[in-house]
Amino acid sequence: MSTGPLAASPPTAAGNAAIEVRGLARSFGEVRALDGVDLEVRTGTVLGLLGPNGAGKTTLVRVLTTLLLPDAGNATVAGLDVVRDAPELRARIGLAGQYAAVDEDLTGRENLTMVGRLYGLRRAEARRRATELLERFDLAGAADRVTSTYSGGMRRRLDLAAALVARPQVVFLDEPTTGLDPRSRLALWETIEGLVAEGTTVLLTTQYLDEADRLADLIAVIDHGRVIAQGTADELKDRVGGERLVVGLEAGADPVAAAAVLAPLVVEEPAVRGLVVEAPVRTRAGAIAQAVRLLTDAGIGIDDVELRRPTLDDVFLALTGHAAQDEDDPGAEVQMAKPRARRSPQRRAGRSRRRPREES
Amino acid sequence: MRRAVSDTLVLAERNLVRLPRRPELLLAFTVQPIMFVLLFRYVFGGAIRTGGLPYAEFLIPGIVVQNIAFGGFVTALGLNDDVHKGLIDRFRSLPMARSAVLAGRTLADLLTNLLSIGVLVGTGLVIGFSFNAPAWRVLAGVALLLEIGFAFSWVFAFVGLVASTPESANSVGFIAIFPLTFISSAFVPVQTMPAALRAFAQINPFTAFVDAMRALWVGAPAGDHVWASVAWAAGIVAVFAPAAVARYRRASGG
Repeated sequence: MSTGPLAASPPTAAGNAAIEVRGLARSFGEVRALDGVDLEVRTGTVLGLLGPNGAGKTTLVRVLTTLLLPDAGNATVAGLDVVRDAPELRARIGLAGQYAAVDEDLTGRENLTMVGRLYGLRRAEARRRATELLERFDLAGAADRVTSTYSGGMRRRLDLAAALVARPQVVFLDEPTTGLDPRSRLALWETIEGLVAEGTTVLLTTQYLDEADRLADLIAVIDHGRVIAQGTADELKDRVGGERLVVGLEAGADPVAAAAVLAPLVVEEPAVRGLVVEAPVRTRAGAIAQAVRLLTDAGIGIDDVELRRPTLDDVFLALTGHAAQDEDDPGAEVQMAKPRARRSPQRRAGRSRRRPREES
Repeated sequence: MRRAVSDTLVLAERNLVRLPRRPELLLAFTVQPIMFVLLFRYVFGGAIRTGGLPYAEFLIPGIVVQNIAFGGFVTALGLNDDVHKGLIDRFRSLPMARSAVLAGRTLADLLTNLLSIGVLVGTGLVIGFSFNAPAWRVLAGVALLLEIGFAFSWVFAFVGLVASTPESANSVGFIAIFPLTFISSAFVPVQTMPAALRAFAQINPFTAFVDAMRALWVGAPAGDHVWASVAWAAGIVAVFAPAAVARYRRASGG
């Protein structure tokens, strides 16, 4: 792997950790955006940082990418201290934000060439690298078009390509798919997977459990500036429960009786909200058919039945007892960067669309 | 240092490449100054007594200074846009010189300012302006204009980073600089103004700038206007360049 021009021999962090964070804190006025974060990301793995708006995800990424100074604690990335060694560190990292930071008046090729040259590549080298990345990210056809004509997905791909220009050891992706349509989202996931296959260490923030599930080796759940849980996707899901059975009852039906009838199918006592009964299922297969049979046998009228995957809200409910709350991210506040309103991603069908708002 | 220069050139190139793709900006550099020249020469000019100089010769040095002071507005708009779109974050996360984003802007402004000086002087020559000075003085005038333009680019860089939106960056620049250029010797002799305005006009750096240009281009008495102008412009850079760079360093909270 080629390293930055400054690198004689890249120091490798003790214990093979590409990112090490100890007691990191950062406040904005009264708000403690980071309140003592500890994290470790092993070289060549993907950490998914999962949390709602305002949890501190963006602030953490900004501290780790040298954009923001911490108030307390310390952090190293690729063995370099994010405060003391910031200039050297910048040569080793790539950042793709949620803002798709590309120059709209430049073409895709010009954008990547510019970034390459700012990483210290010579013009010809920067051009070659740009061409290579444009092809790899399926942008070759649009390479010489001004990026204001790009779709949201194309911009994100270009932004990601810009983060990879200098073949960084560690890549930070701040909500890489927020605001994308399902197809672009899937395409971007595949691109990120390709990146990981090459051994790049990735820290990815997301509000979507399925995204963390698919891309991350390890998930850290962050809330109010603290890491409240850490583990593999499976470990987290064990704590949250798997897919959830959601039964809507006919008017007049008794939800408490329905909950009792459904007990054999589910792993915990069903939650009852009005005429809706909900609980994680023991096994997915046949769950709907069995639910319908049990309820019908008990003479309880059904309006609809569905299985849905756990959402961020479910994770938070299980871990903290409260649902994921939206708060203004003070980090996003201070950085002044307010992207224009983005289209809400229509993700999967299903009733539970109660997702957090777009980060803005 | 070598790095700072090459990064600055990369960003200056970026700013210049974008310019023709924003026709509205290009119009601001070309058509707007021509309109101003025509307006003052033919609408107001007949009523203005300059005490000696033909109005075309009085006007062009004044309007060229006004125009150069506004030349940096592209920097204010562009920087503000960069902050909002997250490009500043990208730049700050790169291993590049901290000063390059701003220096690249002000360097690009130098070239666009040269373009607008050319357009204005060309228009001036058509409406009856002529240089009444040796070539070296004309060139010294161009150099002074570029220095003034450079100074105001830093003012606009600061404004662009401080302002919350491109619109407010634009209006702050406009509200601050527009009266300064009018309450000066740019368009009328200051002797015709009421006492309070005249007192202000006489200490206004724009009066020094304009009088210096008249000395260099049409042979008006030079006095110490040229050196006063050089000092004013250098002073503006000395104040606003560090202020803008400091603001840039924490443009996104860092």
